[in-house]
Amino acid sequence: MKTFEYTIKDPVGIHARPAGLLVKEIKKYTSTVMICKGEKEVNALKLMALMGMGIKQGDTIKVTVDGADEEKAASELEAFFKANL
Amino acid sequence: MISIQGKGVSTGVALGPLYFYQRAKSSISRTTVKDTQAEWERFKAAQAKAVEQLGELAEKARVEAGDSAAFLFETHQMMAEDLDYEEAIQGLIQDDKLNAEAAVSDTAAQFADMFANMDDPYMQARSADVKDVSSRIIGILTGAVQGGIDSPVPVILIADDLAPSETVQLDKSKILGFVTEGGSGSSHTAILARTMGIPAIIGVGKQVKAEYAGREVIIDGTKGEVIIDADEATRNLMVSKMEELKKQREMLELLKGKPNKTKDGHTIRIYCNIGSPDDVAPVLGNDAGGIGLFRSEFLYLNCDDYPTEDYQFEAYKKVLSDMEGREVVIRTLDIGADKQIDYFDLPKEENPAMGNRALRICLNRPEIFRTQLRALYRASAFGKLSIMFPMVTSVWEVKEAKKMCERVKAELTAEGKAFSNDVELGIMIETPAAAVMSDRLAKEVDFFSCGTNDLTQYTLACDRQNADLGRFFNPHHPAVLRLLKLVCDNAHKNGIWVGICGELGADLSLTETFLSIGIDELSVSPRAVLPLRQKVRDTNVAVCRERVLSELMSDINTI
Repeated sequence: MKTFEYTIKDPVGIHARPAGLLVKEIKKYTSTVMICKGEKEVNALKLMALMGMGIKQGDTIKVTVDGADEEKAASELEAFFKANL
Repeated sequence: MISIQGKGVSTGVALGPLYFYQRAKSSISRTTVKDTQAEWERFKAAQAKAVEQLGELAEKARVEAGDSAAFLFETHQMMAEDLDYEEAIQGLIQDDKLNAEAAVSDTAAQFADMFANMDDPYMQARSADVKDVSSRIIGILTGAVQGGIDSPVPVILIADDLAPSETVQLDKSKILGFVTEGGSGSSHTAILARTMGIPAIIGVGKQVKAEYAGREVIIDGTKGEVIIDADEATRNLMVSKMEELKKQREMLELLKGKPNKTKDGHTIRIYCNIGSPDDVAPVLGNDAGGIGLFRSEFLYLNCDDYPTEDYQFEAYKKVLSDMEGREVVIRTLDIGADKQIDYFDLPKEENPAMGNRALRICLNRPEIFRTQLRALYRASAFGKLSIMFPMVTSVWEVKEAKKMCERVKAELTAEGKAFSNDVELGIMIETPAAAVMSDRLAKEVDFFSCGTNDLTQYTLACDRQNADLGRFFNPHHPAVLRLLKLVCDNAHKNGIWVGICGELGADLSLTETFLSIGIDELSVSPRAVLPLRQKVRDTNVAVCRERVLSELMSDINTI
């Protein structure tokens, strides 16, 4: 299991476009990806639940990657967050 | 053989199977199902179909308006396949034995509520996305057809009448011609047909019966005739007429590249009216000099929420770059009246044609106006743009609109965004007030474009959507033509140009009149460009001018 933290820089937060791109990105891997903000945690494949968390600019989220390709997935996802959010 | 008489509003002859427009049903039944597994599979099939349709829409949007427009539909695809959404629907079908339509509807309401209750206005607006995706799935489940036509071959489409939002979504490659039960010559179906260059007949009432569906029908847009199961002689006659029209078109082809110059050397610009970036191809194909009216409403009618600046920018940019430096006049948002859009939340009006519409909405809701103007100015860097404001009645409205343009330009300059400094600003002359005040208005703008459909309805107090007014709705009325002359004179006194972008521009029986009063530009549907060029080239203004002007001052009702 790999985890990393990330602070959102996008002014609108995790809105539809990056959330959609994120779901597409995660589908490339076999690992399960969970996103956690405070008490709430969702499976990041669930687009509407993810949007429903209302993650905003300045929020710090914890991303947990668990599965066979977790090493690769975690490092690539971290790069994805930096580029898109 | 069954022959039905209507009113032809777009010329041409077409032959094909008769097809009734399939409108989406609005009410959903609630039933208890026995075979929940079969019901679940029914949902899965509808979901797959929705995802497929959204994929096609995304590709279409990508071609027409770029990646960001396509992304909206891709997000919808993901929502349709969302795991929680699917799970909730599955629960309702399998545990509560609810039918699929009701299960989707209930789940949609639940998710839409979740978004609506978030504190972020952006997320609140996503509630509309969930509803839209769900109504697509429900539409498939209930057998309603997206885009109104589900046929492997092109058809002659019949409908009671079509709303603007419906005409926008039609699959145009499947339509050979239109027949409507109601409607008028200036209805949206008629305008669409003329842009597409296919025949249309309106006002056939209930004479075309449901049982005629699928039978061969011939429509003649010149005569306004609808013939079902034509006998052999009639069929041969119509087929030869189709061929003759084709030959005429070929003759007109020879006019391409030639100037719009009268025998005595007057020239006039012939431009086109279009309703979407798709229409640029026929404009260039018919050798028009530019676009005299690009109705920007399609962008708003095509969306479920206010179109973003980037989305609009891509669409305007596409038209401007496709036109390769030719002038493109884009009219700012003209909704209200007969063009209603749900998300604008406009209150119902007793008399919408005279209500809160067009520039009035833009001045009352500056944020909507500002977004459109920003997109327009940004696009101006990619071609020769002119901006036109609709529904003007007073000088102050124009001043306020111009102030907004200045504000937008200052913003773009501050942000370092490129725009052209040569954007011309003009107004539609479509109210009697604007025509009468044209001496003053001419000092504020670079051009006038007369919208004769509205100018006629307001001048003659005749509702253009009312098919029963018939002979009272007469666009040749001297009152309308005299106003046009007044507008021309005032424009020229102030050194600005004046055009006509209403249906009247293509009326060849008025070409002499327009040339005589000095109209500088006529903007017509693409198919009308070459016949109009022919008419201009056959005209000698020196010979007809005096007669035309004296007719204008007479009291005969038809010129």
